[in-house]
Amino acid sequence: MKPFDYRRATTVDGAVAEIAGNPQAAFLAGGTNLVDHMKLGIASPDLLVDITSLQLDDVAETGDGGLRIGANVRNSDLAAHPLVRSRYPVLSQALLSGASGQLRNMATTGGNLLQRTRCVYFQDASTPCNKRTPGSGCSAREGYARYHAILGASPDCIAVHPSDMACALAALDASVVVHGPAGERTLAVADLHRLPGDRPDRDTVLDHGDLITSVLLPPLPWARRSTYRKVRDRASYAFALVSVAAAVELEDDGGNAGSVPVIRQARIALGGVAHKPWRAALAEAALQGAPATQDSFRRAAEAELAAASTRADNAFKVPMVSNALVSVLHDLTQESS
Amino acid sequence: MEAEITLDVDGSRRTVTVDTRTTLLDALRDRLAVTAPKKGCDHGQCGACTVLLDGRRVNSCLIFAVAQDGAEVTTAAGLADGETLHPVQQAFLDQDAFQCGYCTPGQICSAVGMLAEAAAGQPSAVTAAGPPANAATTLDEDEIRERMSGNLCRCGAYANIVAAIRQVSTAGPDV
Repeated sequence: MKPFDYRRATTVDGAVAEIAGNPQAAFLAGGTNLVDHMKLGIASPDLLVDITSLQLDDVAETGDGGLRIGANVRNSDLAAHPLVRSRYPVLSQALLSGASGQLRNMATTGGNLLQRTRCVYFQDASTPCNKRTPGSGCSAREGYARYHAILGASPDCIAVHPSDMACALAALDASVVVHGPAGERTLAVADLHRLPGDRPDRDTVLDHGDLITSVLLPPLPWARRSTYRKVRDRASYAFALVSVAAAVELEDDGGNAGSVPVIRQARIALGGVAHKPWRAALAEAALQGAPATQDSFRRAAEAELAAASTRADNAFKVPMVSNALVSVLHDLTQESS
Repeated sequence: MEAEITLDVDGSRRTVTVDTRTTLLDALRDRLAVTAPKKGCDHGQCGACTVLLDGRRVNSCLIFAVAQDGAEVTTAAGLADGETLHPVQQAFLDQDAFQCGYCTPGQICSAVGMLAEAAAGQPSAVTAAGPPANAATTLDEDEIRERMSGNLCRCGAYANIVAAIRQVSTAGPDV
């Protein structure tokens, strides 16, 4: 590992200035992704600015009925927070389906969002990878691609973003507050990560020196009817093959027993399918005003997946996403919450 | 770059100068001769390095020691009360919950941390939605397996590890 300096930041402005002034510097929070990548030789900062002493570890109610989540709130604490569990079950469930108990105790909200979009070849410095070494080629295109993207990929990169939490936040229309050298700005989580295009080395739209200080969850009373479903190769502690974060609002919620409920609106984001959390706007549009039937659910899935592009070893993801989405929508619209 | 740090390790105050690249695991094992936490994968995937850091279970291989100045670290070697084993340690003996033993200190620290999380009402991915019940006394096999998924055992002693943790969790929350 390359030698590096370590400093503990005491103010947000100071932390941002220190990173912005050194192209080889990096923020350190939970470290679960960065330290691993430093060991693998994928990241080699010469200065780490530790931001864990910044006062960014509160979950607070906002005036409009939403939540403000500090960037340093640990994944396990956020998942267990009573207001998250009751108001945004999809977020709690997504967090709990990610990583292990130990890693969730370390990983932070901001760090989870900014973990690298990656695949097995990105992690292996002995192989070509356009994301790790721009212009070197993509090993996954002709290689092992079981976990790789079926939507929004480019010839240069077919890696997927691994965060479960980010899928839930994208579905909930969450935004991030970013503190940069030029001041503070807010952007939607759905706009934070990018598709690879010809710059797969860039996972997000953030610039060097930008620091996520909090995540804003807007009020969404019907998110009580939300859930997260993750399909993977083993029962726990594995990346998603595919995942679905969904919330549904029904017309006349809790009304006529026995009749088929009608979907007023739905929020859906898919994991394991793209270089970013994939907000399924086409499926959402197909569900708006539709009866809550298997037929409607299947058509919504097909609308979203029409643009899918697969390889031999990830073609299974198309029916898997479709089945997972149908199953999740069935569960959400049948229960009487 | 080097830095001097002070840690409370298993009840002893220890001061050591470390290179910034030194992980907490390497500082414990190689610099302080505290060899209870083990190096397995060194990438946070196996859990053999699990310790309690300020009371919470973490992978010590993914933490730089320099960032933990002033922290309290408990390893499996620091859990016993004198000659009396911690209930989780005793349960691993009672239930024959290991073969080679390499993953065991990490398994035990993880179980101690996990039982505290459950007692505090923290849910897991298999916890039913709704208000938490008395989680400390209702950890069934599915809950234990899910909550312990960050600790691998290549001997495959999982069946007895689950039994050992059940022995403690059904004995009551006071562990």
